[in-house]
Parts: sequence; structure tokens; C-alpha cells
Amino acid sequence: MTAGRLERIGSYGVLAAFAFLAIYPILSILFLALHTKTDLVTGFAFPLHPDLSSFKAAWTEGHFATGFKSSFIVAATVTAVSAVLSIGTGYAFGTMRFFGDSILFPIFLLGIIFPYEATVIPLYYDFQDVPLLHINLLNTYWALILPQIGQSVAFGTFWMRAFFRSVPPSLVEAARIDGASSFGVLWRVLVPQARPAVMTLSVLVFVYTWNEFLLALVLVSGSESHQTAPLGLSFFAGAARAGDPTKVAAAAVLVAMPIVFVYLFLQRHFVRGMLAGALKE
Amino acid sequence: MAAVGSTADEAAPGETPGAASRRPSRRRDRALAPGVPRNIGWLYVLPGLLFYGLFTLAPMIHTVYYSLFSWDGLTGKTWVGIANYSEAIRDHDLIWSFIHSGVLIVFYAVIPVVLGLLLTAALTRFVVRGFRFFRTALFLPQLIAGVVVAQAWTWIYADDGPLNEFLRLVGLDSWVRPWLGDFTWALPSLGVIGTWVTYGLCMVLFISGVQKIPATLYEAARVDGAGPLREFFIVTLPGLRGEILVALVLTTINALRSFDIVYNTTAGGPGGTTLVPSMYMYQNAFLYNRVGYAAAVATILAVVIFVLAGLVLRVGDRSEAA
Repeated sequence: MTAGRLERIGSYGVLAAFAFLAIYPILSILFLALHTKTDLVTGFAFPLHPDLSSFKAAWTEGHFATGFKSSFIVAATVTAVSAVLSIGTGYAFGTMRFFGDSILFPIFLLGIIFPYEATVIPLYYDFQDVPLLHINLLNTYWALILPQIGQSVAFGTFWMRAFFRSVPPSLVEAARIDGASSFGVLWRVLVPQARPAVMTLSVLVFVYTWNEFLLALVLVSGSESHQTAPLGLSFFAGAARAGDPTKVAAAAVLVAMPIVFVYLFLQRHFVRGMLAGALKE
Repeated sequence: MAAVGSTADEAAPGETPGAASRRPSRRRDRALAPGVPRNIGWLYVLPGLLFYGLFTLAPMIHTVYYSLFSWDGLTGKTWVGIANYSEAIRDHDLIWSFIHSGVLIVFYAVIPVVLGLLLTAALTRFVVRGFRFFRTALFLPQLIAGVVVAQAWTWIYADDGPLNEFLRLVGLDSWVRPWLGDFTWALPSLGVIGTWVTYGLCMVLFISGVQKIPATLYEAARVDGAGPLREFFIVTLPGLRGEILVALVLTTINALRSFDIVYNTTAGGPGGTTLVPSMYMYQNAFLYNRVGYAAAVATILAVVIFVLAGLVLRVGDRSEAA
């Protein structure tokens, strides 16, 4: 296409400026974290002598070993279970017709724009004394895992259905003519092909679950050993910011770090999931 | 204009073979159903439906049920019918919280979409090289936990943080203020955080969308003598319709749902100037022990979100038909 050289340079300049603005707040908190309290940091102070002591202090004082463990257990379980469940629902909605499918699928779709904030109140009271079972799930991992599987399955169903619909029907037919059962078709023919789609779904669910805050605040605040990393950060920030902002900054960087690494290594999954997923229907 | 119209028609046959081959094949797939127990689909749906139903749908219905009671969360519930709702529509705090959400929608949804379109307009006239690099940076704010975002921006807005430091540097000392503690500026400051979180998503969405618009459409517009502005309105904007809709729905919902960032920066303050519905729901349910009322607030918020999302999509459909 035609465009003057000056126009190109200008456009790239604007693009670069916005890209820089996107990472600047993250850089600024990293710079702050690399200082120590005695540096009396202000404004743009660049860490000329980077110091990791704030990270060490934040890690122990904020109990982030526990926080990371909890977050990892919750995020990994939610990711694995909702991926398996979504393969099932996606397979059914994507390749079969069955009684009630045209009513059920929109109900799943609803879950994508669902404001799950509106569900925390009953979750809090029902988990205190689970109906029929009469057990208390508050301040356990289950309190975070179960509702987030429910939420993730909604998007997962939508995502995996789109994948299964994109598979050439001839593939399924051939396997069926060979006498494969519906599970055989899924397990031996479709799942091997679905690996990239499942990977993208897993990456997205893992990140959302890792970052989740309100459920943790309401459902596991009472137990320090079950606090997730973001909840730990919120508490730590409230307690330590006035005393030493560099420690809070370090804690924030720690909480963000796993996600940033996952993002840098599996970037195409994020972009595909968030753009294509949003546009598919 | 006529030229553009005809190119659109020419472009259509290119798409049809794919679509046509896809559709009958699915019908054939369905026709194959005899002999295969298709209702077995239920078996595959059931486990997922169980989790979704028990832990998402049922709590939502349960919320609506709670909203019909007066309840402190401890002692017995008292049935009050729609009293919580008639209180809600007269509750100034709640009404203000929705007005605040409206302001946040401007920052979370409108500004990022406009910003994204402006930049995209500048980039439609040539193929962007190295876009992947820019995309990496632009996408990052989307993925950072709200709690972390809140810490980063609390620092940026701090008394001696980067923003005030910058203002002092350029001689705007009178502008220096504790941004998140200022009655007038706290809400727009929160809004800017939302803009930061979402503008990258909008840009990536639009720029990758524009690269998919057939070049022939632009050529036709140029042959027709369209300038950059006209080109934007007759080619780029219609071409990005889907992307713009998605961006608006996602960001509007995010604005209405915003809790993490508000809770971890201003917690609704100062003086309730940044109170948003989800924060107000949280306060009523878990701090003021007004569980029934909080459930009513949650229900109203859910309805508003569904209605707005539906509206945006409906308007989108109509503009497509037109």
C-alpha cells in the first residue's frame, strides 16, 4: 500500500509510544522494588544499584510461599478439571444433536458474560454449611476450586465447541464406519488434534484463576494457609505500604511474575484465545 | 462508493465456496445420525453442566432468592418481597455507584475503542512490520492481576510517585496532588487505570482486524478518489464492525464488574466518590450485614450487565442489516 516515509515513521512512533505506556507502570513498580527503603525513592528513580533485599523481605513477611502454593493448587486443579469437562461439552455441542441442545448451549454462553460477582453471597453462606452434606468448605481450596471450574466450563464449552465444529466431519464419519464408539472417536481421533485448542484454553483459564481476587477475599480470608497470592498481596499491601513501599512493590512483582513468564513463552496462545475466542461466534 | 460496493460483491463469491461446503457437510453429518445414539451427547455434557449449574447458575438464582429477604446473615430471614428493590431505586449511594460506573465505562470502553481506532486508522495505509513486538507489550496490561495493577498505579499516583514527579519536573506544581485521595480526581484517576488495562486489547484487536480487510477495498476507495478520512469511514470502520462490538461488550462488562482495582486502590473512597456497585454489594454483604439488600444490588448489577451486553449486540446486528 502507499504511504509516505514520514507517515510510516510517525505511525511507528505512535505505536511505540503506546507500547511503552503499556509497560511503563510495570517497569516503574519493578524499579521501585529493586530499591530498599533507605533509598527514599521518588518518581522515576532508576535502580542504579539493584538490590533484591525487598524481594526477600516481601517473600517471607507476606507469606508468599504459602500464597504461591495455594494459588498453584487452585489454578492447576481448576485448569485441569475444566479442560476435561470442556472437551466433553464441546464434543457434544460441536458434533452431536441431542434432546435440548439448542436450549442448553445458550445457557452455557450466558456464563461468558456472567457477572460472577453476583454469586459470591450465596457461595459464602452455602459453603459454610453445604446443603445435604452439612460440611464447611469455607477457608478450604474447594471453596475456590469448585466455583471457578463452573465459571471456566462456560468459556471452555464455547471454545472447544468452536474447535470441534472446525474438524472435517469426514474424519468423524470414517472412524465411525470403522466401528469406533463415540468415546473412541473423541479419544483416538479428535483429542490428538485438539491439543493446540486445549492448550490455549488451559493457558487462559490458568491465568484467570491465578489472578482471581474477589472469591479468595470472600471465601478464604479466614485461613492464612489457604490464601492465594493476590489475596496475600492485598493484605500485605494494606499492612506494609505505609512502612516500606519497596516491599509492597516487590510483592506485586512476585505475584505478577509467573503470569508474565507464562505469557512470554506461550504468547500466541493468549493472543489467539483472547482475540479469536472473542470473535468466533 | 459504487466501486466499493461492487468490490464487496466481488469479494463475496470468494467466501461463499467455503461457507457453502461447510454447511451441507454439517447437515450430512446430522443426517448420519440414525444408528448412532446421538443422545449420548448428554453423557458428555452432564459433568460440565453439573459444575456450571451447581456453582454458577444455582448461586445466581440463590442470589435472586436472597434479595427477597431482610437478613443479617446470622439470625432468621424475614420475607420482605420486593422491599429491597424499592429501597434500592431510592438509595442515593447505589444510584451514585452506577453513575460512577457510567463514568468508568467512558474510560474503560469508549476511550480505548476511540484510541484504538485512531491508531488503527494511521496504520491501515501500510503493512505493519514488527507488529508482534508491539503486540507483546500492548497485551501485557490485560494479563496482570488486578491486585498487582492496583499496587503499580497506587505508586504512580503517590505523593512522590512518578506522576507528581513528572508534573514538578515540567513546572506544573499546582497540579501535584494525591490523585487517588482527591474528591474530584479519584474517579478519573481510577478510570485512567482502566483505560491503561484495556486500550492495548482494543488496538491489537483492531489492527489485526484491519490487516484482514481485503486490500482491493482500499484500492477501490482510492480509485474512487476517497481521502484518508473517507477511506476510514467507508472501508475501515465497516470492516471492523465485529471487532468494535466485541471490544465494546468486553470492556463495558469489565467496567461494570470492576472490583479488584477499586478495592485495592480507593476501596470506594474518598467519601464514596469512587464507590461502584460491586464494591457496594461487598460492603453491604460482608461489612454492614445487610445480606438481603446486597443480594438485591448484585441482582440489579447482573441485570444491568445482561441488558447492556444485549443492547450493544442488538445495535451491532441492526447496523449490519442496514
